[in-house]
Amino acid sequence: MSEFLNFHFDVDGENFVSAGQASVQVKKNLRELGLPPEIIRQVSIAMYEGEINMVIHAGGGVADVNVYEDRIVIILADTGPGIKDIELAMTEGYSTATDNVRSLGFGAGMGLPNMKRYTDEMTIESEVGKGTTITMCVYLK
Amino acid sequence: MTVQQIIEKFNFSPLSLPCPEREVSGGYTGDLLSWVMGRASQDNAWITIMSNINIVAVASLSDVSVVILAEGVSADSGVLETAEQKGVNIVSSELPAFEIAVRIADSV
Repeated sequence: MSEFLNFHFDVDGENFVSAGQASVQVKKNLRELGLPPEIIRQVSIAMYEGEINMVIHAGGGVADVNVYEDRIVIILADTGPGIKDIELAMTEGYSTATDNVRSLGFGAGMGLPNMKRYTDEMTIESEVGKGTTITMCVYLK
Repeated sequence: MTVQQIIEKFNFSPLSLPCPEREVSGGYTGDLLSWVMGRASQDNAWITIMSNINIVAVASLSDVSVVILAEGVSADSGVLETAEQKGVNIVSSELPAFEIAVRIADSV
């Protein structure tokens, strides 16, 4: 059960043009593995939201997608400012994004709620000034 | 109805059309990308006035069948090239989003 397939990505901070590249690549990789479309959609949307968060708030980070026999685990880790109040950050519509980010269509306060919505498990570990690690799990059955 | 048929029926302008035979099963209208990601369904037509590069990733990941740019909005060539590469259909219409939504709703 400990055997898994790993996809690793460095997420470039402050770069909205390339934001989403890792998620689109994951989608392609999962499709090649022959996983069900709805699972692929869940994983890639959750990952995209996390990727965008890392670009907006944390100056980038690293993303790992581990494919196990019975589940997919997505780990997004950054060394950004951290989340002060996780419960508040999980509230739909709550956002700390700048006007510039909002003008691009982001910052609606739906990122973390969407990540929770599209995954079966989600944990957030965050320390102000140190960074944030989000672990999400999507079951394959 | 396919994307190609919708283009012909409503005289939309194709800007990127790598997958003209994709089925359109319904629609979603919105400009906030996370709302679209969270609410649009697979094979929807996504009607928006947002035209920056991020719409390509959002369309691809949420697996909508076509992005319809309303109000005559266009997208720059970098966006359209990326869309072609990623298999994302983008069309443009002079109609307001509401008018487009009504037409799509009547057709699918």
